[in-house]
Amino acid sequence: MTETVLFWIIAPLSLGTALSVVVLRNPVHAALMLVGNFFTIAVLYAVMEAQFLAVVQVIVYAGAIMVLFLFVIMLLGVERQLDFGERIRGQRAAAVFLGVVLLAALTVGVAGPYLGADSACPTTAEQQTEPAASPQACRGLAEANADGNVFGVGRLVFTDYVWPFEVTSVLLVIAALGAMVLGRRAEQDSDLVDVLRRERVPAGGVGDASYQAELQQSLEEDPR
Amino acid sequence: MAVPAGYYLALAAALFVIGVVGVLIRRNLIVMFMCVELMLNSVNLTLVTFSRINGNLEGQVLSFFVMVVAAAEVTVGLALIVNLFRLKASTDADDVDALRA
Repeated sequence: MTETVLFWIIAPLSLGTALSVVVLRNPVHAALMLVGNFFTIAVLYAVMEAQFLAVVQVIVYAGAIMVLFLFVIMLLGVERQLDFGERIRGQRAAAVFLGVVLLAALTVGVAGPYLGADSACPTTAEQQTEPAASPQACRGLAEANADGNVFGVGRLVFTDYVWPFEVTSVLLVIAALGAMVLGRRAEQDSDLVDVLRRERVPAGGVGDASYQAELQQSLEEDPR
Repeated sequence: MAVPAGYYLALAAALFVIGVVGVLIRRNLIVMFMCVELMLNSVNLTLVTFSRINGNLEGQVLSFFVMVVAAAEVTVGLALIVNLFRLKASTDADDVDALRA
Protein backbone atom coordinates (compact mmCIF):
# COMPACT_ATOMS: atom_id res chain seq x y z
CA MET A 1 0.00 0.00 0.00
CA THR A 2 2.73 2.42 1.03
CA GLU A 3 4.67 1.41 -2.04
CA THR A 4 1.75 2.14 -4.36
CA VAL A 5 1.14 5.60 -2.91
CA LEU A 6 4.84 6.49 -2.96
CA PHE A 7 5.28 5.23 -6.51
CA TRP A 8 2.39 7.24 -7.91
CA ILE A 9 3.65 10.37 -6.15
CA ILE A 10 7.31 9.93 -7.05
CA ALA A 11 7.02 8.67 -10.63
CA PRO A 12 5.31 11.81 -12.05
CA LEU A 13 7.73 13.98 -10.08
CA SER A 14 10.65 12.04 -11.55
CA LEU A 15 9.33 12.37 -15.11
CA GLY A 16 8.55 16.05 -14.62
CA THR A 17 12.00 16.93 -13.31
CA ALA A 18 13.64 14.90 -16.09
CA LEU A 19 11.60 16.72 -18.73
CA SER A 20 12.52 20.05 -17.15
CA VAL A 21 16.22 19.20 -17.49
CA VAL A 22 15.71 18.91 -21.24
CA VAL A 23 13.27 21.80 -21.68
CA LEU A 24 14.57 24.58 -19.41
CA ARG A 25 16.81 27.06 -21.18
CA ASN A 26 18.95 28.11 -18.24
CA PRO A 27 21.61 25.45 -17.40
CA VAL A 28 21.45 26.35 -13.69
CA HIS A 29 17.73 25.60 -13.61
CA ALA A 30 18.36 22.38 -15.52
CA ALA A 31 21.00 21.37 -12.98
CA LEU A 32 18.64 22.05 -10.07
CA MET A 33 15.93 19.97 -11.75
CA LEU A 34 18.49 17.20 -12.17
CA VAL A 35 19.16 17.31 -8.42
CA GLY A 36 15.42 16.89 -7.87
CA ASN A 37 15.40 13.95 -10.25
CA PHE A 38 18.27 12.30 -8.36
CA PHE A 39 16.34 12.69 -5.11
CA THR A 40 13.24 11.07 -6.59
CA ILE A 41 15.34 8.16 -7.81
CA ALA A 42 16.87 7.86 -4.33
CA VAL A 43 13.35 7.58 -2.89
CA LEU A 44 12.55 4.87 -5.44
CA TYR A 45 15.68 2.96 -4.37
CA ALA A 46 14.57 3.17 -0.75
CA VAL A 47 11.11 1.91 -1.71
CA MET A 48 12.69 -0.98 -3.58
CA GLU A 49 14.67 -2.05 -0.49
CA ALA A 50 18.02 -0.81 -1.80
CA GLN A 51 18.72 1.41 1.19
CA PHE A 52 22.49 1.50 0.64
CA LEU A 53 22.10 2.72 -2.93
CA ALA A 54 19.51 5.29 -1.84
CA VAL A 55 22.03 6.85 0.55
CA VAL A 56 24.87 6.62 -1.98
CA GLN A 57 22.65 8.22 -4.61
CA VAL A 58 22.03 11.24 -2.40
CA ILE A 59 25.66 11.58 -1.29
CA VAL A 60 27.44 10.88 -4.57
CA TYR A 61 25.01 12.12 -7.21
CA ALA A 62 22.97 14.83 -5.55
CA GLY A 63 25.95 15.89 -3.45
CA ALA A 64 29.26 15.50 -5.22
CA ILE A 65 28.44 15.25 -8.91
CA MET A 66 25.83 18.00 -9.02
CA VAL A 67 28.05 20.36 -7.03
CA LEU A 68 30.72 19.74 -9.67
CA PHE A 69 28.21 20.53 -12.43
CA LEU A 70 27.00 23.72 -10.77
CA PHE A 71 30.58 24.74 -10.05
CA VAL A 72 31.52 24.43 -13.71
CA ILE A 73 28.38 26.25 -14.87
CA MET A 74 29.13 29.14 -12.51
CA LEU A 75 32.84 29.10 -13.33
CA LEU A 76 32.23 29.37 -17.06
CA GLY A 77 29.35 31.81 -16.67
CA VAL A 78 27.35 30.13 -19.41
CA GLU A 79 23.98 30.45 -17.69
CA ARG A 80 22.85 33.14 -20.11
CA GLN A 81 23.92 31.40 -23.29
CA LEU A 82 20.90 30.29 -25.27
CA ASP A 83 20.87 27.20 -27.36
CA PHE A 84 17.82 25.50 -28.90
CA GLY A 85 18.22 26.98 -32.36
CA GLU A 86 18.01 24.24 -34.97
CA ARG A 87 21.11 23.96 -37.12
CA ILE A 88 19.76 21.03 -39.11
CA ARG A 89 16.19 21.38 -40.35
CA GLY A 90 13.81 18.92 -38.71
CA GLN A 91 16.39 17.67 -36.24
CA ARG A 92 14.20 18.19 -33.20
CA ALA A 93 11.15 16.52 -34.74
CA ALA A 94 13.28 13.58 -35.83
CA ALA A 95 14.82 13.30 -32.34
CA VAL A 96 11.41 13.26 -30.65
CA PHE A 97 10.08 10.73 -33.16
CA LEU A 98 13.05 8.40 -32.62
CA GLY A 99 12.61 8.86 -28.87
CA VAL A 100 8.98 7.72 -29.07
CA VAL A 101 10.05 4.68 -31.11
CA LEU A 102 12.75 3.85 -28.55
CA LEU A 103 10.29 4.30 -25.67
CA ALA A 104 7.82 1.92 -27.32
CA ALA A 105 10.56 -0.65 -27.94
CA LEU A 106 11.90 -0.45 -24.38
CA THR A 107 8.45 -0.57 -22.79
CA VAL A 108 7.39 -3.59 -24.80
CA GLY A 109 10.75 -5.36 -24.72
CA VAL A 110 12.01 -4.73 -21.19
CA ALA A 111 9.03 -3.75 -19.08
CA GLY A 112 6.37 -5.66 -21.00
CA PRO A 113 6.74 -9.11 -19.41
CA TYR A 114 6.63 -7.67 -15.89
CA LEU A 115 3.59 -5.39 -16.19
CA GLY A 116 1.08 -7.98 -14.95
CA ALA A 117 -0.27 -7.95 -11.40
CA ASP A 118 1.60 -11.23 -10.70
CA SER A 119 4.90 -9.30 -10.98
CA ALA A 120 4.20 -7.22 -7.89
CA CYS A 121 7.09 -7.54 -5.46
CA PRO A 122 6.49 -8.76 -1.92
CA THR A 123 7.95 -6.35 0.61
CA THR A 124 9.97 -7.47 3.59
CA ALA A 125 7.06 -6.76 5.90
CA GLU A 126 4.61 -9.00 4.05
CA GLN A 127 6.60 -12.16 3.41
CA GLN A 128 5.77 -14.13 0.32
CA THR A 129 3.74 -17.12 1.36
CA GLU A 130 3.65 -19.44 -1.63
CA PRO A 131 6.60 -20.00 -4.02
CA ALA A 132 6.71 -17.98 -7.22
CA ALA A 133 4.00 -19.29 -9.51
CA SER A 134 4.68 -17.60 -12.85
CA PRO A 135 8.12 -17.05 -14.43
CA GLN A 136 7.51 -13.29 -14.34
CA ALA A 137 6.84 -13.26 -10.61
CA CYS A 138 8.97 -10.91 -8.54
CA ARG A 139 10.94 -12.75 -5.86
CA GLY A 140 11.58 -9.76 -3.66
CA LEU A 141 14.63 -9.09 -1.51
CA ALA A 142 13.32 -10.41 1.81
CA GLU A 143 15.77 -13.32 1.75
CA ALA A 144 18.77 -11.43 0.33
CA ASN A 145 18.26 -8.56 2.77
CA ALA A 146 17.83 -10.86 5.77
CA ASP A 147 21.01 -9.48 7.43
CA GLY A 148 20.33 -5.96 6.21
CA ASN A 149 20.86 -4.42 2.81
CA VAL A 150 24.23 -2.81 3.58
CA PHE A 151 25.53 -6.10 4.96
CA GLY A 152 24.39 -7.98 1.86
CA VAL A 153 25.86 -5.52 -0.63
CA GLY A 154 29.08 -5.26 1.36
CA ARG A 155 29.47 -9.03 1.48
CA LEU A 156 29.10 -9.24 -2.30
CA VAL A 157 31.45 -6.32 -2.99
CA PHE A 158 34.21 -7.71 -0.79
CA THR A 159 33.94 -11.35 -1.84
CA ASP A 160 32.72 -12.05 -5.36
CA TYR A 161 33.34 -8.56 -6.69
CA VAL A 162 36.52 -7.63 -4.85
CA TRP A 163 38.61 -7.54 -8.04
CA PRO A 164 36.29 -5.14 -9.90
CA PHE A 165 36.17 -3.09 -6.71
CA GLU A 166 39.96 -2.74 -6.69
CA VAL A 167 39.93 -1.85 -10.38
CA THR A 168 37.46 0.98 -9.72
CA SER A 169 39.94 2.48 -7.26
CA VAL A 170 42.55 2.57 -10.04
CA LEU A 171 39.94 4.09 -12.34
CA LEU A 172 39.21 6.87 -9.85
CA VAL A 173 42.92 7.67 -9.44
CA ILE A 174 43.32 7.82 -13.22
CA ALA A 175 40.27 10.09 -13.49
CA ALA A 176 41.67 12.43 -10.84
CA LEU A 177 45.04 12.55 -12.61
CA GLY A 178 43.35 13.15 -15.94
CA ALA A 179 41.31 16.02 -14.55
CA MET A 180 44.48 17.55 -13.07
CA VAL A 181 46.35 17.33 -16.37
CA LEU A 182 43.39 18.70 -18.34
CA GLY A 183 42.60 21.43 -15.85
CA ARG A 184 46.14 22.76 -15.85
CA ARG A 185 46.23 26.20 -17.46
CA ALA A 186 48.01 25.97 -20.78
CA GLU A 187 49.91 28.93 -22.18
CA GLN A 188 50.16 27.27 -25.55
CA ASP A 189 48.21 24.48 -27.17
CA SER A 190 51.29 22.28 -27.16
CA ASP A 191 51.31 22.36 -23.37
CA LEU A 192 48.28 20.11 -23.39
CA VAL A 193 50.06 17.28 -25.14
CA ASP A 194 53.65 17.84 -24.13
CA VAL A 195 53.86 18.60 -20.47
CA LEU A 196 56.96 16.71 -19.44
CA ARG A 197 59.34 17.89 -22.11
CA ARG A 198 58.96 21.54 -21.14
CA GLU A 199 60.08 20.82 -17.60
CA ARG A 200 63.50 22.38 -17.07
CA VAL A 201 66.00 19.82 -15.83
CA PRO A 202 69.15 21.26 -14.19
CA ALA A 203 72.53 20.04 -15.34
CA GLY A 204 73.41 18.25 -12.12
CA GLY A 205 69.96 16.81 -11.49
CA VAL A 206 67.44 18.13 -9.00
CA GLY A 207 69.97 18.01 -6.16
CA ASP A 208 72.29 20.42 -7.98
CA ALA A 209 73.43 23.19 -5.59
CA SER A 210 72.98 26.11 -7.99
CA TYR A 211 69.51 24.84 -8.95
CA GLN A 212 68.54 24.62 -5.29
CA ALA A 213 69.77 28.15 -4.66
CA GLU A 214 67.86 29.44 -7.67
CA LEU A 215 64.74 27.64 -6.51
CA GLN A 216 65.07 29.15 -3.06
CA GLN A 217 65.47 32.61 -4.53
CA SER A 218 62.45 32.24 -6.78
CA LEU A 219 60.41 31.03 -3.82
CA GLU A 220 61.38 34.08 -1.79
CA GLU A 221 60.46 36.40 -4.64
CA ASP A 222 57.12 34.78 -5.33
CA PRO A 223 55.92 32.60 -2.45
CA ARG A 224 53.11 30.63 -4.09
CA MET B 1 -1.73 -4.27 -3.70
CA ALA B 2 1.86 -3.55 -4.52
CA VAL B 3 3.20 -2.03 -7.73
CA PRO B 4 4.17 -4.50 -10.47
CA ALA B 5 7.91 -4.43 -11.13
CA GLY B 6 7.23 -3.55 -14.77
CA TYR B 7 6.03 -0.08 -13.77
CA TYR B 8 9.50 0.74 -12.45
CA LEU B 9 11.01 -0.60 -15.66
CA ALA B 10 8.63 1.53 -17.73
CA LEU B 11 9.53 4.59 -15.66
CA ALA B 12 13.22 3.87 -16.19
CA ALA B 13 12.62 3.47 -19.93
CA ALA B 14 10.84 6.84 -20.04
CA LEU B 15 13.70 8.53 -18.14
CA PHE B 16 16.23 6.96 -20.52
CA VAL B 17 14.34 8.20 -23.57
CA ILE B 18 14.10 11.71 -22.09
CA GLY B 19 17.89 11.61 -21.69
CA VAL B 20 18.41 10.42 -25.27
CA VAL B 21 16.14 13.12 -26.69
CA GLY B 22 17.90 15.70 -24.53
CA VAL B 23 21.31 14.74 -25.91
CA LEU B 24 19.90 14.91 -29.44
CA ILE B 25 18.15 18.28 -29.26
CA ARG B 26 20.25 20.34 -26.85
CA ARG B 27 23.43 22.01 -28.04
CA ASN B 28 24.91 23.18 -24.74
CA LEU B 29 27.62 20.65 -23.84
CA ILE B 30 26.93 20.89 -20.10
CA VAL B 31 23.22 20.18 -20.54
CA MET B 32 24.01 17.31 -22.91
CA PHE B 33 26.28 15.94 -20.20
CA MET B 34 23.47 16.22 -17.64
CA CYS B 35 21.24 14.24 -19.98
CA VAL B 36 23.89 11.51 -20.08
CA GLU B 37 23.71 11.41 -16.27
CA LEU B 38 19.94 11.04 -16.59
CA MET B 39 20.44 8.01 -18.81
CA LEU B 40 22.97 6.44 -16.43
CA ASN B 41 20.51 6.90 -13.57
CA SER B 42 17.65 5.29 -15.44
CA VAL B 43 19.83 2.26 -16.17
CA ASN B 44 20.69 2.08 -12.47
CA LEU B 45 16.98 2.07 -11.69
CA THR B 46 16.53 -0.84 -14.09
CA LEU B 47 19.37 -2.76 -12.44
CA VAL B 48 17.90 -2.26 -8.98
CA THR B 49 14.46 -3.36 -10.19
CA PHE B 50 15.84 -6.53 -11.74
CA SER B 51 17.83 -7.16 -8.59
CA ARG B 52 14.51 -7.15 -6.77
CA ILE B 53 12.81 -9.34 -9.36
CA ASN B 54 15.56 -11.95 -9.20
CA GLY B 55 15.83 -11.82 -5.44
CA ASN B 56 19.61 -11.26 -5.24
CA LEU B 57 21.79 -8.23 -4.66
CA GLU B 58 24.13 -8.50 -7.66
CA GLY B 59 22.18 -5.88 -9.59
CA GLN B 60 22.68 -3.43 -6.76
CA VAL B 61 26.43 -4.11 -6.73
CA LEU B 62 26.58 -3.48 -10.49
CA SER B 63 24.60 -0.29 -9.97
CA PHE B 64 27.18 0.79 -7.39
CA PHE B 65 29.97 0.27 -9.92
CA VAL B 66 28.02 2.29 -12.48
CA MET B 67 27.94 5.16 -9.97
CA VAL B 68 31.73 4.98 -9.56
CA VAL B 69 32.26 5.04 -13.31
CA ALA B 70 29.82 7.96 -13.62
CA ALA B 71 31.77 9.93 -11.01
CA ALA B 72 35.04 9.34 -12.89
CA GLU B 73 33.37 10.24 -16.18
CA VAL B 74 32.00 13.51 -14.80
CA THR B 75 35.43 14.60 -13.52
CA VAL B 76 37.14 14.06 -16.86
CA GLY B 77 34.23 15.28 -18.95
CA LEU B 78 33.86 18.55 -17.09
CA ALA B 79 37.62 19.13 -17.29
CA LEU B 80 37.35 18.65 -21.05
CA ILE B 81 34.45 21.12 -21.22
CA VAL B 82 36.43 23.71 -19.22
CA ASN B 83 39.34 23.29 -21.62
CA LEU B 84 37.07 23.64 -24.64
CA PHE B 85 35.61 26.79 -23.14
CA ARG B 86 39.11 28.24 -22.77
CA LEU B 87 39.78 27.47 -26.41
CA LYS B 88 36.47 28.55 -27.97
CA ALA B 89 34.84 30.77 -25.29
CA SER B 90 31.66 28.76 -25.78
CA THR B 91 30.08 25.51 -24.63
CA ASP B 92 28.06 25.03 -27.78
CA ALA B 93 28.62 21.61 -29.30
CA ASP B 94 28.35 23.07 -32.81
CA ASP B 95 31.33 25.35 -32.19
CA VAL B 96 33.61 22.34 -31.79
CA ASP B 97 34.19 21.70 -35.47
CA ALA B 98 37.98 21.63 -35.77
CA LEU B 99 37.84 18.35 -37.68
CA ARG B 100 35.33 19.62 -40.21
CA ALA B 101 36.58 19.31 -43.77
